[in-house]
Amino acid sequence: MVARIEVYSKVEDTRAKVLLKNLSKLVKKVWVVDVYTIVNKLNIKQLKLIANALTNPVSQTVNILVDKKSEQSFSLNKTSFKEKFKFAIEVGFLPGVTDNVSNTVKEIAEDLLKVKFKNEENVYTSQITFVDGTIDQDDAKEIGQNLANTLIQRIHIKNFENYKNDKGMGFTVPKVTLDKNIEVLEVDLEIPDEELLRIGEDGILGKDEKRHGPLALDLDYLKAIQGYFRKIKRKPTDVELETLAQTWSEHCKHTIFADPIDDIQEGIFKTYIKRATEKIRQKNAKKDICVSVFSDNSGAIEFNKDFLITHKVETHNTPSALDPFGGAVTGIVGVNRDTIGFGLGAKPIANTFGFCFASPFKETHLYRDEAMTQKMLSPKRILEGVVSGVNFGGNCSGIPTPQGFLFFDDRYGGKPLVFVGTVGLIPKKSGQKKAFKKKAENGDFIVMVGGKVGIDGIHGATFSSEALTKGSPVSAVQIGDPITQKKFSDAIVKEARDLNLFNSITDNGAGGLSSSVGEMAKQSNGCKVYLDKVPLKYPGLDPWQIWISESQERMTLAVPKKNWKIFSKLMLKRGVEATIIGEFISSGKCQVFYKNKLIVDLSLNFLHNGLPKKHLKTKLSKKEIPEIKFSQPKNLIDIFLKMLGRLNIAGFEFISSQYDHEVQANSLIKPLQGRGRVNGDATIIKPLLNLSEGVVLSQGIYPSYSDIDTYNMAAAAIDTAIRNAITVGVNPEKLALLDNFCWCSSNEAERLGQLKLAAKACYDFAISFKTPFISGKDSMFNDFKGFDKDGLPIKISIPPTLLISSIGIIDDVKKAISLDFKFPGDLIYLLGETFDELGGSEYLSFINHKGGSVPKVDANKNKKLYLKLYQAIEYGLIVSGQSIGRGGLIIALAKKAMGGMLGAEIYLNNLPGKQTRMDYILFSESQGRILVTINPKNKKKFENLMRSVSFKKIGKVRGDSLLIVKNNASSIETTTDEMLKMYKGTFKGF
Amino acid sequence: MKPKILVISGYGINCEEETKEAFDLSGGKSEIVHINDLINGIKKIENFQIIAFPGGFAYGDDTGAGNAFAQRVRNHLWEKIKKFIQKDKLIIGICNGFQVIANLGLIPALNFDYGNRQIALLHNESARYQNRWVDLKIENKSPWLNNLENFSAVVAHGEGKFFATEEVLKQMKIKGLVALRYVAGEICQYQNLPHNPNGALDGIAGITDETGRILGLMPHPERSMFFTQRPDWPYLKEKLNREKKIMPKYTKALEIFKNAIKYFN
Repeated sequence: MVARIEVYSKVEDTRAKVLLKNLSKLVKKVWVVDVYTIVNKLNIKQLKLIANALTNPVSQTVNILVDKKSEQSFSLNKTSFKEKFKFAIEVGFLPGVTDNVSNTVKEIAEDLLKVKFKNEENVYTSQITFVDGTIDQDDAKEIGQNLANTLIQRIHIKNFENYKNDKGMGFTVPKVTLDKNIEVLEVDLEIPDEELLRIGEDGILGKDEKRHGPLALDLDYLKAIQGYFRKIKRKPTDVELETLAQTWSEHCKHTIFADPIDDIQEGIFKTYIKRATEKIRQKNAKKDICVSVFSDNSGAIEFNKDFLITHKVETHNTPSALDPFGGAVTGIVGVNRDTIGFGLGAKPIANTFGFCFASPFKETHLYRDEAMTQKMLSPKRILEGVVSGVNFGGNCSGIPTPQGFLFFDDRYGGKPLVFVGTVGLIPKKSGQKKAFKKKAENGDFIVMVGGKVGIDGIHGATFSSEALTKGSPVSAVQIGDPITQKKFSDAIVKEARDLNLFNSITDNGAGGLSSSVGEMAKQSNGCKVYLDKVPLKYPGLDPWQIWISESQERMTLAVPKKNWKIFSKLMLKRGVEATIIGEFISSGKCQVFYKNKLIVDLSLNFLHNGLPKKHLKTKLSKKEIPEIKFSQPKNLIDIFLKMLGRLNIAGFEFISSQYDHEVQANSLIKPLQGRGRVNGDATIIKPLLNLSEGVVLSQGIYPSYSDIDTYNMAAAAIDTAIRNAITVGVNPEKLALLDNFCWCSSNEAERLGQLKLAAKACYDFAISFKTPFISGKDSMFNDFKGFDKDGLPIKISIPPTLLISSIGIIDDVKKAISLDFKFPGDLIYLLGETFDELGGSEYLSFINHKGGSVPKVDANKNKKLYLKLYQAIEYGLIVSGQSIGRGGLIIALAKKAMGGMLGAEIYLNNLPGKQTRMDYILFSESQGRILVTINPKNKKKFENLMRSVSFKKIGKVRGDSLLIVKNNASSIETTTDEMLKMYKGTFKGF
Repeated sequence: MKPKILVISGYGINCEEETKEAFDLSGGKSEIVHINDLINGIKKIENFQIIAFPGGFAYGDDTGAGNAFAQRVRNHLWEKIKKFIQKDKLIIGICNGFQVIANLGLIPALNFDYGNRQIALLHNESARYQNRWVDLKIENKSPWLNNLENFSAVVAHGEGKFFATEEVLKQMKIKGLVALRYVAGEICQYQNLPHNPNGALDGIAGITDETGRILGLMPHPERSMFFTQRPDWPYLKEKLNREKKIMPKYTKALEIFKNAIKYFN
């Protein structure tokens, strides 16, 4: 039987109201109706009970419709929608797409009626939007396109007459039907190279003559595999090839960072990133803060004597280009699992984000295919989808999201960057065990916990290792389910861990089981997996699909046999599905069975170390840096105000206020600060409510410098991430970094040359600042290859992007510093030196001028300054602080003024450093600079303390709202209100 | 003896730890108990003096915030809850917990008709999740709110717009069941924000049943009890410092939990 339960609002529905605002002016009225399509043998009494449970009688009414074709028929098929409308547009999911609400409805119904939904019985959700106005079928279609993403959703439109005649929308059941011929193929690799290559590029050929989808294996890798199977004298199965493709993917093995490059035999990662950390740790000796670096799902540093803090930042770019909402949800809940999967399970205590988009005010016309049928979403829709995806994932999981940034460049129009990070808290000890260590033991059960497996997310790992093209598989997109994850996260981190019930745990992310089990098998030296034991969402999956599916919200654990009973009972009590799918062994092999047939039999050594090394070569053509050739504009005040509204500077309160940053009660320095609610550059959380320590989080990113100089781009990002944290009061000796490289065209020598330079800067500046890297991730092919509005081929590559995240400890949170001016008469100091460093700056980008050098970082000088400032904060001398970053000195000043709703009088003569023009002084992005205010009575003490570093008193805080900035040559004047109008105007309406 | 507080968890509730902290700080002895352990009978409701339904995202807010969790409580624990109400005991529902007890019909329960849904918490006026601070004025004599006139606290929700029919609202007013209203107080003034964060009818932020012993509120006092949780604390710290005064450790929001403990002493 198929029944539809339709829930109508009988009071004003704000969802409809807000939707109406965003639709064309021709639409006069909108109604939103929630629909639950139920496929199960239920009688009318049962259906009514369910309908009742899904409706709030105070604000809603409900209607039940039953499909006449069903064996049972009720006289209920009346539409209850009495309003006059033009079109009814129903949007529901395509078959197989994760439908979170459906799971809840099933649970409600099962609990209420004491029935079970079995096999084909299911619930599907959809939404009808009724629209009225002077619109025609085409308009309705367009509205449908705006409501739905056709990669994951279906749209069904009826006009008023049809709706009335048909008595409603009809019954659609988006059931997954898969070809039932489950098979394991043997693949012949003794074939010509061209055919081998096709397997690599398009996938294994199925019996139905269809290819399974890209393996992203190139000829060298395929030859190595061919050689292995030649040696063991048999043909590989499709499952084995898929396993190798997943494990050897750029996404999993990070080959570009691992392979030899030019004369660097050990590769970029070991030479520049890991070695920096090793050196710092040696030097710091007893003061070493690192506890677990580069070996686990997150990096960990010491928080206090009993606890560690972990951090990990990921990207989820390609899926977010196709389905921004689902991609972003999956990204954020995925990186949460890098916390839950750290050691024996850390508790997520904060999320971070960073989004790089094209301007949402421009329309792009990009297509994935030549026939121009697969249009890319507009930058605005990508922005909106990604923003609400992280909202959904973070908020639902009960994890605060205080720290983040936005960066805009139109070269992100083909591939947006979605950085998501999670900070965790874990005790050093759990019972007698070290909670940050793990090891699957010979004989432990392999246990899968969480969601079931479907065909969603197949080839995610190999897919993100390639450019986005029309061949990119749509099944690679998944939607996260934060509640399923929250249930097992609580059960594991808050209960099972401290009962010492398991020996090891890891995330099922890219590559699915093949990757998680394959990785953990290294700990015990082998695994045996029975794929027919894996719980499936629906029947019909081939073994290779079960093995590599990236269906979300799953983790793999090693549970000692003796603990299984207690463990499984606990999971059952918490509503968490846990299944034994195999056993860790010590045979040195990865073996996978399906219905007693051995279908994977690979040596672990070959699986993990068999991939041939490639020798990467770089090239770096010397570029002449053109000089800046324009004279100082006259209208500096206009330029300044417009700069405040630039996408890269403007406030993004609409994000900060929709991301819960106060759950867990750990918020201390919040994302919006002061009276003016200005976005700060760093945030602080206090994870243990009774202790005085806090965790400082910040970020640094300068993609606009990459076109000129990636070495100094990386240096600036590092200096900024450190400086921002210093400004709010972090202890400089307890500060660590994370690197996230998002590069483009990494098969080109020139791009690799830029990469090597940036990585070298990471080494140099981490060492100079003594800030170790504790974790990192890279995404090397952020290119869009498709067609433009004329159907001509186009390639859009992102600017080489490096995100540096900083994480550190503030020993006493009561000493934390916020950005806002606090009292009239307070003295304003500029710390650090200012130079004519305008290359790649927001100012030059605004006036559309290319030229000049990017800022250089003098780490030793800056470090000295930062230590002095730390002392001043410790002595309680600093009243407010703002790091000077994008947009320069005047933007930092404006933030302080808007934050405090107080003006200032500023004189910019004879500043430390060397400057030639007022506009350069205002907008230079010279690194290592901070603005602070102090109580005038502390002037002597402060100046005396700072005497060995560069600083200058530049003015004082006014009691009114006037900001006056002068030097000998010119002066500008404005008010806090005028500044706020620009700063907040850009994203008004978002 | 310290009063015992049952802090219910599970299925996406996520404020149980800070809620426990708030009661323990106030002199209570609280225990976080998964709802399934109550259903299985591993833990017993009757052994507690106070029940707290904490904030969170039970069942991801699917089918209406608080609805699915309320269904689970109704299906398995209704008789026990009813008995609990009849005794001189306290219940609080915060944010998602408010949505749960509203869907359960524990408040306003006009004419002591427990179990009937009489009010709704609708999607915010912005149709979007909103996290900010609000100022609140105390409007009735619930034991939870003794000796308090106002306080400021965090709100963080997507569905918090209070709604009731005219008739229900009239009855609630006559009986004095409106407990908290959003007002323009010191935080709104400091941050220049409108006082009503979600379009709630009559600015209603919290209500009680007719006994006053059951309180439901959208704001989160348990996230707002330390002085350094306030958005203006860095400013106030400096101000107090210049006045040679010491920064307090707690805010007024903690009084709510203290009141509950005092009720049993």
